[in-house]
Amino acid sequence: MRYSGLKVIKEALTGHKGWRPTWRDPEPKKSYDVVIIGGGGHGLATAYYLAKNHNITNVAVIEKGWIGGGNVGRNTTIIRSNYLLDGNEPFYELSLKLWEGLEQDFNYNAMVSQRGILNLVHTDAQRDAARRRGNAMILNGSDAELLDTDGVRAMYPFLNFNDARFPIKGGLLHRRGGTVRHDAVAWGYARGADLRGVDIIQNCEVTGFKIENGKCLGVETTKGFIGANKVASCVAGSSSRVMEKAGMRLPIESHVLQAFVSEGLKPVLDGVITFGAGHFYCSQSDKGGLVFGGDLDMYNSYAQRGNLPVVEDVMEGGMALIPALGRVRMLRSWGGIMDMSMDGSPFIDKTHIDGLYFNGGWCYGGFKATPASGWCYAHLLATDTPHKVATAYRLDRFRRGCMIDEKGQGAQPNLH
Amino acid sequence: MIINHPILGPRDFQEFTYLGDASLIDRPDWQADNAADQFHDYLYLRDNPAGEHRELWFHEQGDRSWLVVTRNTVTHEILNVELARDVARARGRSK
Repeated sequence: MRYSGLKVIKEALTGHKGWRPTWRDPEPKKSYDVVIIGGGGHGLATAYYLAKNHNITNVAVIEKGWIGGGNVGRNTTIIRSNYLLDGNEPFYELSLKLWEGLEQDFNYNAMVSQRGILNLVHTDAQRDAARRRGNAMILNGSDAELLDTDGVRAMYPFLNFNDARFPIKGGLLHRRGGTVRHDAVAWGYARGADLRGVDIIQNCEVTGFKIENGKCLGVETTKGFIGANKVASCVAGSSSRVMEKAGMRLPIESHVLQAFVSEGLKPVLDGVITFGAGHFYCSQSDKGGLVFGGDLDMYNSYAQRGNLPVVEDVMEGGMALIPALGRVRMLRSWGGIMDMSMDGSPFIDKTHIDGLYFNGGWCYGGFKATPASGWCYAHLLATDTPHKVATAYRLDRFRRGCMIDEKGQGAQPNLH
Repeated sequence: MIINHPILGPRDFQEFTYLGDASLIDRPDWQADNAADQFHDYLYLRDNPAGEHRELWFHEQGDRSWLVVTRNTVTHEILNVELARDVARARGRSK
């Protein structure tokens, strides 16, 4: 399915009867070179880059529901490359560079908008930490700019600068960060993969793995057995449930993270701002709704819905930062299930079972990682060696003492 | 969620902080030959089930007791609440 301005006009005049599905709906073949479990952003990106970068097109993406129905459709759409540690920042910088060329690459409008992310600081210590982080970002080819109070005031005069407890002392501005139309990312990758011959098989749940003599031979599904030379799990949020079928226990807990959107407003907020003294961040969607996020609900959950205390906590954070929010009505809230890993960083690795690969543990940072995750996972699947920016994302890093703990919280997943 | 505290009765879960899987009670023997492996699994690996989950909650804003709460992670229904002290003793800890 291809789109053009002419086609839009023609269809508008003829009752929209000429639109066709954007990807095929094939039945699974008996076997594939690679079977990817999970038709989310990461799985579809992996299939796309397997086909495009490595010319491996005998690939199936199997999805238990519909593609893009999980966390790629449940996030707050933010992209950024503002990490501190060496194991992370080169990876996220690759991801942001891929975002910058993504729409031209897969020829689909994903509304990538580099509107800038401003992380506010409220104390001298936070300013020092922001300066250090900014330097680490610049060393890895990203961009960062430290603003003082006047610099922030020039951008967002409506913030609560003189709060008695949390006065705004400045902020770290990451101009290349921004937002993306999240569903379109899944659709764009799906169409690109489908056009190159990848089978996208929806409503097909994995019920087990066929493992003999330490080698994974394929997956049992609700549509029967599908053989594969390589099986690639890519189901963040449900990683423990899927890998448990292969007998694996993971360094992951599943937690729910809520997000919120307000009624549509006229343009008031042209970038993304994060509150440094509480769990609150905010941007404005192109439809006009303010999009908020906050902290985890803190307890293990697979429910895709949260509890009211976090709603209250996020709104309090919002009111502390932007008092004008008091008259805005909240429209919707939703919850997504996060793979919270033991150090707050992800995994892209082989498992101890030959032919079985694992991608997960994205915590609440999976969306921005989508292009690089697919890029590096495809590289691993095609070459059996980790991509150079993803060498730290190993499953055995806790055993080796090589954690990538951005916040220094230790093995307490709900604190990352 | 309301946690039915064995001593204090029904309490709002906001009074509690959450630690994680109740298997954290079963601290491995540091003198075992494979203690390093055991501690790796104890500290970093989790069953993370979808369904019934036994977990440790701390009544921080209350009587500061540790509880073992059995809760369904899909429905958030709380099925059972015990004092962690009793659970640990039943497993032979703190004799």
